This record gives sequence, structure tokens and C-alpha cells, in this order.
Amino acid sequence: MKAKIFAIVLIVGALGAIGVLSFVMLSQPQWTDEEIDTLKSLWIGSLGQLPPDPSNAYADNPAAAELGQQLFFDTRFSGNGQVSCATCHQPDLAFTDGRAQSKGIGETRRSAPSLVGLSYSPWYFWDGRKDSQWAQALGPMEDANEHGGNRTQYAHLISENYREAYEAVFGALPDLTSFPASAGPVADAEASDAWRELSFEDRETVSRIYANMGKAIAAYQRHIQPGASRFDEYVQALLEGDKEKVKIALSTDEVAGLRLFMGKGSCTQCHNGPMLANNDFHSTGTPLSNGVFADRGRTDGMLEVIEDEFNCLSKYSDADPEACVELRFLPPNGSEFLGAFKTPTLRNVAETAPYMHAGQMATLEEVMDHYNEAPAGPHSHTDLFELNLTDQELAQLVAYMKTLSGPVFAP
Amino acid sequence: MNTSPTKQNDTIWWAVGGIAAVVIVAAALWFVFGGGASSSSSQAGVPSDLDFATTRTTNQGVFEVTIEPALDPLSINQLHQWELQVKTKDGQPVDDAEITIGGGMPQHGHGLPTQPQVTEALGNGSYRVEGVRFNMAGWWEFNVNIAANGQSDDVTFNLSLQ
Repeated sequence: MKAKIFAIVLIVGALGAIGVLSFVMLSQPQWTDEEIDTLKSLWIGSLGQLPPDPSNAYADNPAAAELGQQLFFDTRFSGNGQVSCATCHQPDLAFTDGRAQSKGIGETRRSAPSLVGLSYSPWYFWDGRKDSQWAQALGPMEDANEHGGNRTQYAHLISENYREAYEAVFGALPDLTSFPASAGPVADAEASDAWRELSFEDRETVSRIYANMGKAIAAYQRHIQPGASRFDEYVQALLEGDKEKVKIALSTDEVAGLRLFMGKGSCTQCHNGPMLANNDFHSTGTPLSNGVFADRGRTDGMLEVIEDEFNCLSKYSDADPEACVELRFLPPNGSEFLGAFKTPTLRNVAETAPYMHAGQMATLEEVMDHYNEAPAGPHSHTDLFELNLTDQELAQLVAYMKTLSGPVFAP
Repeated sequence: MNTSPTKQNDTIWWAVGGIAAVVIVAAALWFVFGGGASSSSSQAGVPSDLDFATTRTTNQGVFEVTIEPALDPLSINQLHQWELQVKTKDGQPVDDAEITIGGGMPQHGHGLPTQPQVTEALGNGSYRVEGVRFNMAGWWEFNVNIAANGQSDDVTFNLSLQ
């Protein structure tokens, strides 16, 4: 009799334990302490304050940002009066353009990256050929396939249309009446010849206005920032111990995708930190751009940023040379980065198709297949390795990617 | 066989109770040790006997080197400084050393994302290293080559980045 009572008690206990365990397993996934730390590091709450840009003394000047916002959307700053920064960086598409190869006046060789949260990156452009947001802004403005204009044209436009706003921030504009209407170090032969005919001092006068335009645009772009996504709400609920919210914030498949993202998928190797990007350069064996072009990526970008006339060490930079730490500690061997491109943010990634530096992949599903198979690519090298994920796991990763969409804040 | 039906019954109940007890213990263990949660892939393939000591003797035994990252906890994506202390094997501080830094991730076959450099000799065998950054979680190697007093030697430190 004793044995019977004893056994019944234990059976009830066992059933109870199984019940509790099943409930725990089904109601919330188990995250280890280490995983909780990783989740917190990916959470938007870890973003912190905007990093300072010592090369731009106007980076946090509200009047400069206001001027920059107007310049960003003004199509007069182009060769044909139809192209502005917003042509390729459209606010409705998380500041991208939905094109594989972006199109200003002509077609470019790469896909316009998102500007969301970009001010947290030390490098700009897919190949990092610029080391500040203001220097970046100046590149497309005199590229023949993008804005297609030139420096004296822009200086005249500032003088005629933005004199008051410009002078309030940067001081008095010089007298530009004797300067040619079109001149600059551009592909256009006439404008290029006119630029060479200017004195060194005159070129510097114009370039100074040009640099200030970039600084104003960057002051605006610094405020293009991500808002909390469903993923962020999930992590916040986890951190706050809000079990009800944890249950509803993400679906079972999305959580499974998140687990793969941090684990078997090895995505957080590069897509880490609160912008889900380490802002560094990696070769992922992406196919030829437009089917023909073997883009050298960072290998070229590294050479270009050293030579850039607007880099952190240039006379147009406001930084103490000591503060130009990225240039000072650049790795010496650029060939190690052949075909490497900057890790892009995954925030709002569902809205920024097509993917990769030249939009070689139309959908997130194609991107997952690429990472799963890890082909060597046009430079016969990839930092990736085969993941051996199942179709279901790949679909779960895509489901997780879609939880990274949130509001985009811009002034 | 003299076993009475009651005894037989008892044996069965004891057995059933025993199985239930095993289930309870297993469940308790699973619960306590968080079974089922997968471990992070960043640690996969890391040798289990890695030495993470921050003071090490160089390969040929010429110098003793101590590393001291100024970033605590050591974390990814932040450019930061380190301090290095160099001593002879007899414990004498080594000044005027030529120091070069290298490293990378052995599992990934890539080097450091930056080129850290000694930017200042602080005296008493101490040196300031600037420009250190790690951009992935996991196991990193940090190599230090030291040339001083007509001798040159290397040492490799292991680091675990979260």
C-alpha cells in the first residue's frame, strides 16, 4: 500500500514536471546569459549617442542641418536640373532607390546604400573611399553619372539661392562674379579645362564652399536614424522580463530565425552591434556587377581614401590630425580586401531590395541561398563558408530579417 | 514461488515510482542547466586549451610582455588603446624597444581590421598602442614582435571577444 501511494505521488510529480517544462519550452525560448548579452548588443537601445565627427565643425549645428536638408532635395545641384541626393536616397525606401545600379544622369556601377543610421560608420560608400559623411556627400555631386554638375556651378547656386543661410553658418561668401559658370575637376572636358585655368587660390576658394556644402548636407544626414523594430520590442521585453510581450512580439519562426542569425547562420560575425553592421570590409564572393564587372571593392577604396582631397587629414577637414584615427591606423595590405565591401545595416532591410553592392540579388531569399552556398565569386575568394541550412531554416532567417523594419526618423 | 499478489503489486508500484522519480530528476536537471538552448557558433572550433593569459614570455624566452587593453570589457567595433609592458626575462623594464603589432582570427584566415601602432614610449618599459579594433566576436590572436638590446622575439596573445 505504501509503495502504491509513494508511486502515485511520484507519477503526479513527474507529470507536473513534464507539464511545467512543456509550458516553459512552448511559451518562451530559452536564451543563455551569453545569448541575452548578444541580443542586447543588437538592440536599438544600445545605439548610444551620435559619434562626434571631428572633421566637421558644423556636424551638430542646427542651422547647418536645415541648410543641408534643403540642399539634399534641391535638383538644381545637377547637370540637368533633375537630380538631387534624394533621387537615389528616397525617404520612402529607407533612403535607397530600389534599383540594382543607381541612376542619376546616367547609370552608376553600384546600388545606393541606405542612409539610415549611417553616421555611426567610420567609412562611407560600399568601398569606404570616404572617411566622413560630408566628404561622401561631395562624391556623387560631381560624378558624371550622378549629379553631373561642377564646383563653380554649385558655388554660384549657393551664392544666388542660399546666401543668407550659408553665411549664417559659414561666414561671408567671397565675390564669385569673376568665376566661370562651369568649372571643376570633373569628366566634362570644358568644365575641367576651365578648372585648370583657375589659380590655385581661386580653386581653393571654390573648393571651400563645396566642402561646406558637404558639411551642411552631413549635418542633416546625421539625423536620419532608425526607430524600434519588432525585433527591438522583443529584446526590450526580454530585458524587462515582460513575458506576455515576449510571447507576442515575434512568431515562433521569427524567433527560430533569430536563433539561426546568432548561431548556425553566423550572421552576427559581421552584422553585429545595434546597426546590425560592423561597418568593416568583407569579401562575400558576390557575383559580377551587372554580369560583367569584377568590382575590386575595398582594395581600390583604401587607395582612394588616402588620396582623397577631402579626407580627415585634408586642409578642408576641421580635425586635429591626431583625431584622424581611421586613416592613421589603416591596415597596410589593401590586397587582403580584394572584392571586399562594407557590411550594410540590416535595419529596414525588407524595404531596401535589391541587395549587395550592385543589386545582384533581387530578394532576401536569393541572399540567403548565396550565404548558404558560399560560392568563391569573381575574385576566387570568399570569407564565407557553407552553412548547410535547410529550406525551412533559410525561410526562418528571412522571417527574422522582416522583423527588422521600423520607422525611419528624418527631420 | 511464494510471492504473494500484494508483494508482486508492491514491486510493480516501486518500479513505476522509480521511473517517475527518474523523470523528475531529469526534468529538474534540464531546467537547472538550461538544456535545449544552443550555444553560440562563435566559440565553435576554438581549441579548448587556449591560454588567455595577459602576461606571457616571448617564444624564445627573451622578453616578458603584459597587455592591458584600455577598453573594459574588451568589446567589438570600438577603436581603442592598449598599454604594453616589456621586461627582460630577469624582470628589468625594456625601454627603446621597436614594437610591431599583428594578428587576426585563425578560424577565419583574416588579419586585424586596423594596423595598431606603438605611438608613445611611456617609460619604465611601458608603451602606448593605438588603433586597436576587433570587428567580430570570437577568438582573436594578437601578435607582438619586440626588438631591443640587439635581440628580437615574438609572442602571441589569445583574446576572446564577446
